[in-house]
Amino acid sequence: MRTARNFLACSIALALAALVLLTASCVAKPPPDCLACHDDKTAQDSAGKSINVDGKLFHSSIHGSMGCSNCHADIKAFPHPDKIKPVDCKSCHADEAAGLVGSVHSNEAEHPCTSCHGDAHQIVPKTDPRSAVYPLNVPKTCGKCHGDNGMAEKHGLAKVFPKYIDSIHGYALDKEGLLVAANCQSCHGSHHILSRKDPLSPTNKINIPKTCGSCHAGIDAEYALGIHSKALAKGNTNAPVCTDCHTAHEILHPTDSEFRMQSTPICGSCHKEMLSTYHDTFHSQLGALGGYVETARCWDCHGAHDIRPTADPLSPVNPANLIATCGKCHSGANASFVKYQPHANAYNRTLSPGLYFVRLFMNILLISVLSFFMLHTILWLVRARYNQIKHKDQNGGK
Amino acid sequence: MSDLAGTTTANQAQRFIRRFTPAQRYMHAVLFTSFLGLAATGLPLRFRESMWARALSRLVGGFGAILFMHKFFAIILSIAFLIHVKEIIQRGIINREKGIFWGPTSMVANWKDVKDVIAHMRWFIGLGPKPEFERYAYWEKFDYWAVFWGMVVIGFSGYAMWFAPFFAHFLPGWALNAVLVIHSEEALLAILFIFSIHFVNTHIRPDSFPMDMVIFTGVESEEEFKHKRTLEYKRMQAAGKLEARLGEAPGSYQVRFSKIVGFIAIFIGLTLLVLTLTSYFGS
Repeated sequence: MRTARNFLACSIALALAALVLLTASCVAKPPPDCLACHDDKTAQDSAGKSINVDGKLFHSSIHGSMGCSNCHADIKAFPHPDKIKPVDCKSCHADEAAGLVGSVHSNEAEHPCTSCHGDAHQIVPKTDPRSAVYPLNVPKTCGKCHGDNGMAEKHGLAKVFPKYIDSIHGYALDKEGLLVAANCQSCHGSHHILSRKDPLSPTNKINIPKTCGSCHAGIDAEYALGIHSKALAKGNTNAPVCTDCHTAHEILHPTDSEFRMQSTPICGSCHKEMLSTYHDTFHSQLGALGGYVETARCWDCHGAHDIRPTADPLSPVNPANLIATCGKCHSGANASFVKYQPHANAYNRTLSPGLYFVRLFMNILLISVLSFFMLHTILWLVRARYNQIKHKDQNGGK
Repeated sequence: MSDLAGTTTANQAQRFIRRFTPAQRYMHAVLFTSFLGLAATGLPLRFRESMWARALSRLVGGFGAILFMHKFFAIILSIAFLIHVKEIIQRGIINREKGIFWGPTSMVANWKDVKDVIAHMRWFIGLGPKPEFERYAYWEKFDYWAVFWGMVVIGFSGYAMWFAPFFAHFLPGWALNAVLVIHSEEALLAILFIFSIHFVNTHIRPDSFPMDMVIFTGVESEEEFKHKRTLEYKRMQAAGKLEARLGEAPGSYQVRFSKIVGFIAIFIGLTLLVLTLTSYFGS
């Protein structure tokens, strides 16, 4: 009995093993005859182009279980014609193909699938770190065309890769290896990339807050309460969205001195009068010489994302909140201190009358003192020199 | 005016008359050193858009460093100012020394100064004789009071900015805006005045060219003294006090050192003047 049972077990095991081997040889391997020629590293077509397929890499690729003719459907017999049809990925990947329709990369000849996904015979899942579209590799892949290697110039594309890679997102991705860091497709999408001019594009101005908000949800919620968001909702497309202040690709950390220096003029590109009067004040002057950017920038007083009108009781520059707002930097700020006008205009008599007259007095003093003494000194110089020459008037023993 | 040429002393050994005490000379040295320092660290702020301001700022380590130096020189100058005020009070009020608040040796302007301004300017254009001056001529008094007023005004407005929350206890809010305008305009006036008018009136004019050394050495030759401060010379002679004012001839090392320091100061001043003017008219 014992031997019989053993025999049965062995038979089943053998049969299973045979089945596994058989399946493997039938399905997992392409017909060995294709690779017999194409696995040769030196294999070339009549035009001298490599037609090599690395069998090992192909087997480990996501398509490794498929036969060659699954994609190269036009090849029916051996030897096959020199010219074969390009592989039609969309015959299987219909969703992706549908996404590409109407996108900026829709031209199949200019942007074949392989331009992003890499060699068709070595494609691995996008979760595999070897994949060209693995999150950490996306910027480099897009950067092949949208970088500074001449490709972007040739086709009139923005050279965004170097800007991105130095940005806070690029740093998080490239230097800190964070999968959650925004890469190109986090904002632009992957197959259905639309021009930012397209109202459906996630990078269209109207959609930017939502796009950034998909990660920065808290900021998006704050932004929605602010005056800029409300203006945008009313159709004022001049109102700033995230990228207007933070830029799209070169995004810096908001405490970076460079950011603190660059963003005030951005607010000022719309709020011109406010920027000009701000420039006249100590807050601005201190920062202008570099290395000292702690002084108040627009958002230090007005808030950053939920900027509200001054009349709004929640606005940090509402008169009721000024002591607290100024007090963030100026400990000991009192009611008189906060009467300081951060946007005073010494040339505006109605807005800043005290300042206007002080400025006027100082100007008159300066001009009159200098004019009188300029005249006095020039006349004196001429006369003294004249006396020296004409009357041999000596210069007091000198 | 050839009678002022001092031919009577030509054959005698040259005598030197004391004009400034060592304390006054040191005070002037502290004054011009800190003034140059304040100007050099204040101007970049006033003309912050210009290339040279940014270059200078980068050189010393950004605005933090500039502000630190500005405050440092400000404290030095404030101390010098307080010492000077204490000296005036001590000599004029407590010791009741004569000639501090009035008289020919006082810095306070008098009726003669008004007449001197007019007479001097008439002489410039050939309408009258050259007036004779006492110890301090009217333009020297103006220099003194311009600096005195300037230190009060620039100093007060500077400290009001430095300690704004404290000053806000007794200043109205708009004054905090005004102090920046006052500070910067008055300082600009001081810089333009010192580096052009004072330099020319005191040092570069033909009577003193290229530099009046008396503030550095404390003494000037009897001939020069008589030529420049004729009335004081006559008064001293009449009172028989000239001998008491005699000082030693300055050592050659002293003159050379003073010249180096003086020319450096004038060079820095003129450089700052050129930078100021280019920025002022360039913007």
